[in-house]
Amino acid sequence: MNKFLTTGLGAVASTVFPALASAQDAVGMDQRINDVFAGSTGWFVNLIFMSLPGTNFPWIVLWLVVAASVFTLYFGFIQFWAFGHAISLVKGDYSDPDDAGEVSHFQALATALSGTVGLGNIAGVAVAVGIGGPGATFWMILAGLLGMASKFTECTLGVKYRNEYDDGTVSGGPMYYMTKGFKERGLPLGGFLAIVFSIFTIGGALGGGNMFQANQAHAQIAGILGDYPGWITGIIFAAVVFAVIVGGIKSIANVTEKVVPFMGVLYVGAALVILIVEYDKIGWAFGQIFAGAFTGLGVAGGLVGALIQGFKRAAFSNEAGVGSAAIAHSAVRTKEPVTEGVVSLLEPFIDTVVICTMTALVITISGVLVTDPATGRFILNEAGTAIKTVDGSSGVQLTSAAFATGFSWFPYILAIAVVLFAFSTMISWSYYGLKAWTYLFGEGKTKEIVFKVIFCLFIIIGAAANLGSVIDFSDAMIFAMAVVNITALYVLMPIVKREMKSYFARLKSGELKKFTD
Amino acid sequence: MTTSTIVVGLDGGEAGARALAFATTQAKLIGSCELKLVYVIEWSPFSFQTSEENAQRHKRREEELALARERIVEPAVKQVTDDGVTVQGIVRHGDVADILDDLAKKHGAQQIVVGRVGLRGLKERMFGGVTGRLVVASSVPVTIIP
Repeated sequence: MNKFLTTGLGAVASTVFPALASAQDAVGMDQRINDVFAGSTGWFVNLIFMSLPGTNFPWIVLWLVVAASVFTLYFGFIQFWAFGHAISLVKGDYSDPDDAGEVSHFQALATALSGTVGLGNIAGVAVAVGIGGPGATFWMILAGLLGMASKFTECTLGVKYRNEYDDGTVSGGPMYYMTKGFKERGLPLGGFLAIVFSIFTIGGALGGGNMFQANQAHAQIAGILGDYPGWITGIIFAAVVFAVIVGGIKSIANVTEKVVPFMGVLYVGAALVILIVEYDKIGWAFGQIFAGAFTGLGVAGGLVGALIQGFKRAAFSNEAGVGSAAIAHSAVRTKEPVTEGVVSLLEPFIDTVVICTMTALVITISGVLVTDPATGRFILNEAGTAIKTVDGSSGVQLTSAAFATGFSWFPYILAIAVVLFAFSTMISWSYYGLKAWTYLFGEGKTKEIVFKVIFCLFIIIGAAANLGSVIDFSDAMIFAMAVVNITALYVLMPIVKREMKSYFARLKSGELKKFTD
Repeated sequence: MTTSTIVVGLDGGEAGARALAFATTQAKLIGSCELKLVYVIEWSPFSFQTSEENAQRHKRREEELALARERIVEPAVKQVTDDGVTVQGIVRHGDVADILDDLAKKHGAQQIVVGRVGLRGLKERMFGGVTGRLVVASSVPVTIIP
């Protein structure tokens, strides 16, 4: 009876106030999707981000750092001794002039970087420094340096085992080295790993590489223009992305190709100017970074808090070990897979060691983190979860506030940069997702269009809805990629070592020469 | 055995045709002279591309080379051959001025012949067009046909 009454009344209400009812439905809809999704995927998210027993250190971060350390030792610190060679490869010193017109090392590096440089460098670092203090920067740099070896391993394999088709196009990435590499070593399960990896990649592409980006871009735009419905941003973004990936509108891609690197240079340039103006504080800032790395300086979670935040940020930002870069780098037509691996080790360096460190230094120097004038230690906020900031902000807003101490107009530039970085990250991940999709379902025009349309629809969903659990799930997907990928890297690393030894021996003996005249 | 070599820059248009006509006349006057007809597809290894463009690059490159040979270089080679002059067609990717100069050095050419193209746009007016850069950087004499 009661139930009948309420449903009956509800029906009446919805006919009388259709607009009101649909608005409530929409809210209810978001909530329902959230609940259903969280209910069915929550266990997966919890599994991926589960802390090690007795700590709040996620095991997945340890997994990435341990792998990076193993590769660093196994390849004899290649990130240091091959660094100079990487620069000369990017400059084109070893490129055969007869191959002019093919994808250059520089282009592959720039393409892969446009997929990783983004919100992580701007927002993520602010979160890390806000919680872990300047000391987090030290651990972030260390993790970035170690991650270079992971990139080297996966990108060498990506080029070595890519597929080249009769029409001259290429497809590469972890799914190809999993199947072909395991077969070559006479091991089973390569095909199984490849399928699992592809499923995670599609999830990661639609989530972290798409919905999260759309969501954050909308938040940025709304922060400047005032609040408005997210689906408007979503449809505009989806239309532009659709024009590029389905319509093949080169001119839009060309614009972002030029604007995104420009934004990156502008960002680093602005950071440098602030650092030069405040040069007398740089010594102090590095002092804070080193002291904070080992003592904690009174930040949330102390020393361990700084370490976790630093490692986490580096891993989340440069994607070393995730396998995405192996897809991006495999397009280079080189006779030596090792050359592409060597070039790719510059990626975590630029992304983490340079850009993330710049952000961290500016935040530290700008004084947006509140210290106790008497002791010089940081003061925690009321909740005790992070360092108190001058205006109570965190994330992108904190970076914005820090840069605004140098240039008052910088928040506007930063907002444009965030939107463009989000756009370029989406374009990159649409390709990673597509490669996983075609690996599962086969190559073909129609199959590709289906994925691309799905990808564009998810942009609208990501911008419109506040689906926290969906975004958690997609982040978990990206790190699940790392679980599968690094497993394969451990199995295949002897192959990389053989290639590496042979290549550098020939380089030393003079068999491989620079093309300079 | 030819004693002299002239590098001719083609552009698929009027200016290239003028350069070709002049170079052919010169070659006939010299008597023993080979023409290297060069068409350069503008390309830079330092441009930015999407992953998808990278994956298709090799295919596109082959298509670009085939198209340039078929539409521009081969008809020019045929025309010069019909005039009884020794000739070789070359298609390359890169910067026009750099490539023309490199090929002139490689083949020991005595001169480079190009047609003059009117300067278009602000950038070319400020920094000079292809011909301007060629004149500044070239290691052999350059003849520009108005």
